[in-house]
Amino acid sequence: MSRSLAFVLNVPETPQDPEDSQEPSPYDESEVHDSFHQLIQEQSRWVAEEGLELQQRVLGAGALGASGSDRQALLGPEGAPVYSTATLRILASMPSRTIGRSRGAIISQYYSRTVRLRRRAGWPQLRDVGRSARPSLRLYDLELDPVVLEEEEKRGLLVKELQGLTVAQRDHMLRGMPLSLAEKRCLREESRPPRGKRRVRGRHGLLSCCSRLRDSCILASHNLGLALLSGLQALMPWHYALKRIGGQFGSSVLSYFLFLKTLLAFNTLLLLPLLAFIVAVQAAFPPAPSGSTPAFRGLELLTGGGCFTHTVMYYGYYSNVTLNQPCASPLDGGQCTPAAGGLPYNMPLAYLFTVGVAFFITCITLVYSMSRSFGESYRVGSTSGVHAVTVFCSWDYKVTQKWASRLQHDNIRTQLKELLAEGQLWQRPRRACGRLQQGAVLGLVWLLCLGTTLVCALAVYTFSELVIQSRVSAERDWALLALPLVVCLLNLGAPYLFRVLAVLERHDSPVLEVYVAICRNLILKVVILGILCYHWLGRRVGTLKDQCWEDFVGQELYRLMVMDFIFTLLDTLLGELVWRLISEKRSQRKGKPEFDIAGNVLELIYGQTLTWLGVLFSPLLPAMQIIKLLFLFYVKKTSLMANCQAPRRPWKASHMSTVFISLLCFPSFLGAAVFLCYAIWQVKPSSICGPFRTLDTMYEAGKVWVRQLEEAGPGVSWLPWIHRYLVESAFPIYLASALLLAVIYLNIQVVKGQRKVICLLKEQLSNEGEDKIFLINKLQRIYERKERSRAFQPWEAWKQLLRKAAGDPVASAGQRDDRGASQPPERGPLPTPLSGRVGRTEEAVMPPAVFTDDWDAQ
Amino acid sequence: MGGSGSRLSKELLVEYQDLTFLTKQEILLAHRWFCELLPQEHRSVEESLQARVSLEQILSLPELKRLIALHRAAVKIAMQSAWPSACNTANPFKERICRVFSTSPTRDSLSFEDFLDLLSVFSDTATPDIKSHYAFRIFDFDDDGTLNREDLSQLVNCLTGEGEDTRLSASEMKQLIDNILEESDIDRDGTINLSEFQHVISRSPDFASSFKIVL
Repeated sequence: MSRSLAFVLNVPETPQDPEDSQEPSPYDESEVHDSFHQLIQEQSRWVAEEGLELQQRVLGAGALGASGSDRQALLGPEGAPVYSTATLRILASMPSRTIGRSRGAIISQYYSRTVRLRRRAGWPQLRDVGRSARPSLRLYDLELDPVVLEEEEKRGLLVKELQGLTVAQRDHMLRGMPLSLAEKRCLREESRPPRGKRRVRGRHGLLSCCSRLRDSCILASHNLGLALLSGLQALMPWHYALKRIGGQFGSSVLSYFLFLKTLLAFNTLLLLPLLAFIVAVQAAFPPAPSGSTPAFRGLELLTGGGCFTHTVMYYGYYSNVTLNQPCASPLDGGQCTPAAGGLPYNMPLAYLFTVGVAFFITCITLVYSMSRSFGESYRVGSTSGVHAVTVFCSWDYKVTQKWASRLQHDNIRTQLKELLAEGQLWQRPRRACGRLQQGAVLGLVWLLCLGTTLVCALAVYTFSELVIQSRVSAERDWALLALPLVVCLLNLGAPYLFRVLAVLERHDSPVLEVYVAICRNLILKVVILGILCYHWLGRRVGTLKDQCWEDFVGQELYRLMVMDFIFTLLDTLLGELVWRLISEKRSQRKGKPEFDIAGNVLELIYGQTLTWLGVLFSPLLPAMQIIKLLFLFYVKKTSLMANCQAPRRPWKASHMSTVFISLLCFPSFLGAAVFLCYAIWQVKPSSICGPFRTLDTMYEAGKVWVRQLEEAGPGVSWLPWIHRYLVESAFPIYLASALLLAVIYLNIQVVKGQRKVICLLKEQLSNEGEDKIFLINKLQRIYERKERSRAFQPWEAWKQLLRKAAGDPVASAGQRDDRGASQPPERGPLPTPLSGRVGRTEEAVMPPAVFTDDWDAQ
Repeated sequence: MGGSGSRLSKELLVEYQDLTFLTKQEILLAHRWFCELLPQEHRSVEESLQARVSLEQILSLPELKRLIALHRAAVKIAMQSAWPSACNTANPFKERICRVFSTSPTRDSLSFEDFLDLLSVFSDTATPDIKSHYAFRIFDFDDDGTLNREDLSQLVNCLTGEGEDTRLSASEMKQLIDNILEESDIDRDGTINLSEFQHVISRSPDFASSFKIVL
């Protein structure tokens, strides 16, 4: 605000009263006041004659008779003094109030911004452009009022400044200006440097040549960017589907589908390197077929076994040789020279590195998007201000349906009422007895939930032990499905139990309720997955001596994923469709189930965790996940449209999406990474299949390679060195973690400092506000004193008024003309008497072109 | 809509592209919709750029859409989901929006450029700055440059629904407005000016995603 002060702080003088000096004499003030009153009356008459429909929102019908009590509505809380018109006039022309309304203020604000931009960019060609074409004045030659001139001057300055910028910068600047498009086009036309000028400048030297080159480069890249953007827009999938969902159910439900889309992107990112460097290469060099493949029976789609077992789907199929070399088994000791037949493709290394790199890319993307999301949704100093944010930001402009907008009305109303009630609740503390009771219920419910989780975990454990003991023969595929079935049943059933239990405890805030539900479900899923991981790596590796245990784990994860998908479908179908049918039958009123965002998102996260766990053992699992997600999108969308209604509770969509992505990062991705690291570093790979069949651990593939490099010669001796000192020793890990801690600590301190600065600035602002009120009161007192002294000679004022009405016809006619041409009729009746008066005072005082955007266009 | 047959000239398209936050496709789409609102004989490019569409016409769009859908089944889906919701009947701020963006003398009709302006501000890529500026002007019901108590109560009524039974009670309203002023009126002058408003908005990450109209 302060930056615009220098340019806008021009308390406009009344053009109608040329004799009006800086400090208005007492009767000038009355004249302003009276002519004002006339203005208002004339205006309302004119409006009434025109018969335009403005009166709908007008409490202003009775507004003209200003009653004293209403005046307090404008300025400050109760008890604020009633200000006179002159004071109000000054108040209304304060820069802080003109900026939201008048074009002149906007122009000068952007002028100062451009100046700052120029200074910062060091792009000082004002000397050059100063002599260039003057901006055309055709718009303004009709009116030559001093204030208009001033605005025109500012405009000229702005145009000059714009001329000093590069084309891209200028367009960027213009694009961000809150002016009408016609205005922007005009400004752009004026600020475009003439062709001839450029050529002259080109002769001046290398610098301007360079700058021109830079200009055109920037322009070209800008155009390229725009083209790419529009191309991307055309490629954007599900655009209309997402628009419809947003239009009918609002941003909160939309966030689920956006999350689904994000997961899709993650899986694609994961799949592409795997496809390119492992699957495609292995498919191009297929190993010798091992025996006959069993025929396809249909059940394989569920179990993932059978004829799928010896395909690129699973770890066991991949060979442990250097692919494009005729001689086999390079890891044994290197009978072949590495550079014999072109570049050797070492499959074990490729497998290890591709999975590692793909995981690393995913990790970086995940952390990046999480940090961005955090930055967006939790800003420094954003602690208070719920009411204001709710009122200003809660309307969802995406909503298109009438009933959806009604629902939104209801939501916002309930939210506001809850907020108000909460404020009152804070004021009176609850009784100790009630609090004790609630605490007991809370503890009981938590105990029950944790107990349920424990029971589920025990069930999974005992069942997995049972499965191990009863050896499954190849024919009885069905038995393989038992464990996934049990896991999915528990995963499906327990959340319902949690939901029933959650009804018992009544949380004060709906957000807390959602977080508690997420927390419980998360604990359950983490525990079950942990037990399964132990089952695979701890028990299965030992029992499957003669088989390929990696294949088994991959198949198990595949089964879990498919089962999860089927159960999600069933849940959607039964949970939502049947529920809707029952509730429609039972009660006539609308009883559609709400779309459970938290539960559904947790399902997605669970599925994604399964994918990440299985990547090492089944490189094509991300592809399965992509297919599953695609199906899920349409199924969920259809079910949502047909069966559900938007959640009644208000949601902070951005906070929730931040929470979702952090959940995806922390338990899910981190857990999967730990699992895979353990599998790579510690577990002995099976000796009959897979790329690592001869090694003790998968990690040894890297070691062997480094050893080979060492033998190969001194040319690449830096690589083993890096390996020895950076990978093998523990020092870099300590260093990295120390660095990380330092960065985190520094960031925390910076945020702390920013908080302090914000507090100081707030204090300063409120001091300024007090100063302002103080000055206004002083001003008011001066006016009052003058008025009082004038009250002794009322005839002076009358004389003035008479002179105004009778004589001086030119001035009054011009004044009326101005008004007629410039006043949009709907500006006339304004809601309150006082703001109405302020608006009019303003218009009477300021020449019209200053604050109506469009009048000069006529 | 091959029927309208008119396309914007390339220079104009580039200019619009440079000055708004819209892509080429979006501008063309907007022009097509705009032409749909004009009578058949005025659909040439020049005339469509001059023409203004009144508020009533824009508000009557659902009927119009049905007509078009009947005639041109091929573009039905696009039209149904495409017309911006700002001008839809579901939006309580539709009149304010049209008023803020209109450049006509009586402020009740939109020209094509006004329409582009509107779409640009509500587009995905518009800066938060310009979004909050226009949001402020939309909420400033009496156009006096600040949000005073009157504006706030009108705004709250718009949000909760105008009906007698849906409004907040007088005491609730008073308390709410007191709270809002307490939270956001930093300089304590009893009104919220643009910078104070932008300060509040900047604390809400949801604003940029909700103050948006999907084309």
